[in-house]
Amino acid sequence: MDKVLFLFLRRMRAPLLLLMAAYSISITGLVLIPGVDDQGETWRMDFFHAFYFVTYTAPTIGFGEIPYTFTEAQRMWASLTIYMSVIAWLYAIGRILGLVQDATFRRAVSQQAFDRSIRRLRAPFFIVCGYGDTGGLLVRALLRRRKRVVVIDSDQDRITDLALSDMDYHVPGLCADASSSARLRSAGLHNPFCQGVVALTDSDEVNLKIAITVKLLNPDLPVICRAESMDAERNMRSFGTEHVINPFETFGDRLALALHSPGHHLLHQWLSSVPGSDLPMPLYPPGGRWILCGYGRFGKAVHQGLTREGVTTVIIEEDPEGTGCTRDCVQGRGTEADTLQQAGIDGAAGIVAGTNHDTNNLSILMTAHELNPDLFMVGRQNKDDNGALFAAGQVDLVMRHSEILAEAVLAHLTSPLLPLFLKLARERDDDWANELVSRIGAVTDERVPELWSAPLTPDAAPALLERLRYEPISLGQLLVDPGRREQQVPCVTLLLQRAGGREKLVTPDAEIPLHPGDRILFAGQPCAASRINRALRNPQALDFLLTGEDRPQGWIWRRIAQRAA
Amino acid sequence: MNLEKVVFGFFIILALTLNFGFFLGEIDNPEHHNVYELFAAIVVNLIATVLKFGDRTQTGALLLATSLVAVLQLFAAAAVWAYAVNISAIGMDGMMMASIVSLAGGAMLANVISVVLLIADTVNLRR
Repeated sequence: MDKVLFLFLRRMRAPLLLLMAAYSISITGLVLIPGVDDQGETWRMDFFHAFYFVTYTAPTIGFGEIPYTFTEAQRMWASLTIYMSVIAWLYAIGRILGLVQDATFRRAVSQQAFDRSIRRLRAPFFIVCGYGDTGGLLVRALLRRRKRVVVIDSDQDRITDLALSDMDYHVPGLCADASSSARLRSAGLHNPFCQGVVALTDSDEVNLKIAITVKLLNPDLPVICRAESMDAERNMRSFGTEHVINPFETFGDRLALALHSPGHHLLHQWLSSVPGSDLPMPLYPPGGRWILCGYGRFGKAVHQGLTREGVTTVIIEEDPEGTGCTRDCVQGRGTEADTLQQAGIDGAAGIVAGTNHDTNNLSILMTAHELNPDLFMVGRQNKDDNGALFAAGQVDLVMRHSEILAEAVLAHLTSPLLPLFLKLARERDDDWANELVSRIGAVTDERVPELWSAPLTPDAAPALLERLRYEPISLGQLLVDPGRREQQVPCVTLLLQRAGGREKLVTPDAEIPLHPGDRILFAGQPCAASRINRALRNPQALDFLLTGEDRPQGWIWRRIAQRAA
Repeated sequence: MNLEKVVFGFFIILALTLNFGFFLGEIDNPEHHNVYELFAAIVVNLIATVLKFGDRTQTGALLLATSLVAVLQLFAAAAVWAYAVNISAIGMDGMMMASIVSLAGGAMLANVISVVLLIADTVNLRR
């Protein structure tokens, strides 16, 4: 039986019994006590009238003595009836109000509402576990890319936040422990529309449990996990978790990329940021000696990245022994001027404030700025609330924990081609990246571009496949703007992967012929996506795109056109 | 002995016996069927229904269903009675009485099923 209904019925048993007792005693009395009718003869009330009388008396409506004026004996019974039935009603109503406020009952109601919205979800969706700073960013970004999301978080406040926030689609949220397999199942783990699970909670332990639950119950479903320790990361990979994201490593890697090749860094940032937001500006971090404050997980990752680029670093750490920092290490917090001077701040090119304490990081950066105004400053921001402080501090590069994670997850969820493209792009030189960045910048109108992939499969591109049987079509023909034929739709082709994945063409030329089974990754404005999709599906739109003529479609008009020709 | 079971069984069986008492007699003779008995049958059936609320077992669901059927039938019988006495121009006649009693007979069948289920459940429990 339905859980909510079941709870309701069970709690309402006593008040309902009391109501029935009050009604039946009252009715029996009214029927048994003799009255006098308008002729002065003895008259007994029948059940119908007695029921009517009690019905309007019990909820204190009171139509009066119907059908004849009561005798004294009847009035005595009627007063008893009123006290009995009104008290029974009050008790019943009080019970209902109490039940509605009852925590168990409300949890049952919200769980049922959640289950219903999952059952009604008829579109591909992702399950996001953990709705903190990162989860919030990711959910918003996924909704912008027209993907549906289901959220699980153990904190009721966050679920309330989710319910109150203004989203494009309804996002069902459940307040529950995401590591429980029952909760994951009720969030749609076995739903055929579920596309993947993202575990973003604060605890590696919980993320690990989520990953292993999904891998056991639904092995085909991709899992993306956040892991902050190497141990957890290795553990997750050991049983086939598709993507494990370590925010520290990701950032260390990004910073190294920015040093090594600003063009690649910018390309990477543009393609993985939340679409529709402002385009990030290019960064030119200087080479030379860098100071690293804090040698925790973040500091180690940055140190690794910088060392790989051949940059020398000086480390400032409060507890060198505990963090395993042996050489080139200055002991201290870095918030004082003398520690910074000891680390050689005057001749340094850049500083990274990477402790897990936002106030200390800001203090380090402000002190460092006073000592050496030319420093390139990188700050680690742990809490989203402190964003305004870091913005006011004129920090050159802010590492926002939540943003880095959300972008990395988004890159995997948007299209499987994107991580592949980013990997292949790393093999090219900086000039190539700069050129591509300027091409993307030209079509996107100062906003982060939309990314979409177009598979040339019978489902997604029926019109194009039909046409390919008769004549070759090149990529450039597909990108013609149907309105102004000499122009192209505002988009850039990033990658073309041939069927089977053996051949991958990065930024293919317009002359490249298309084959069935190709998968193409585009970046550009949303209008370009809809135009290209239309041409792939609609034979007439494709015909117009290729020939520039609006040909008649119906049999009669085709005949007339042939005759005229 | 469990007092809850005694009360539960008491009301379910009383619902059947009262129902049977009302049903007994010539089907179209109003003198054979007492309105008080019908009223008592309705009240006891209602109480039996509420007592069955909130049992999540398969038998519990079936018991609740039989009670709902019985209550529905008895309500219909009472409504026909009220119509015959207060609204109809002819008053209570043989045809009206026959339909009231046949409705109550249907309710009785549901009550019989309810009692059979109760006994079956008890027997199963003993084993």
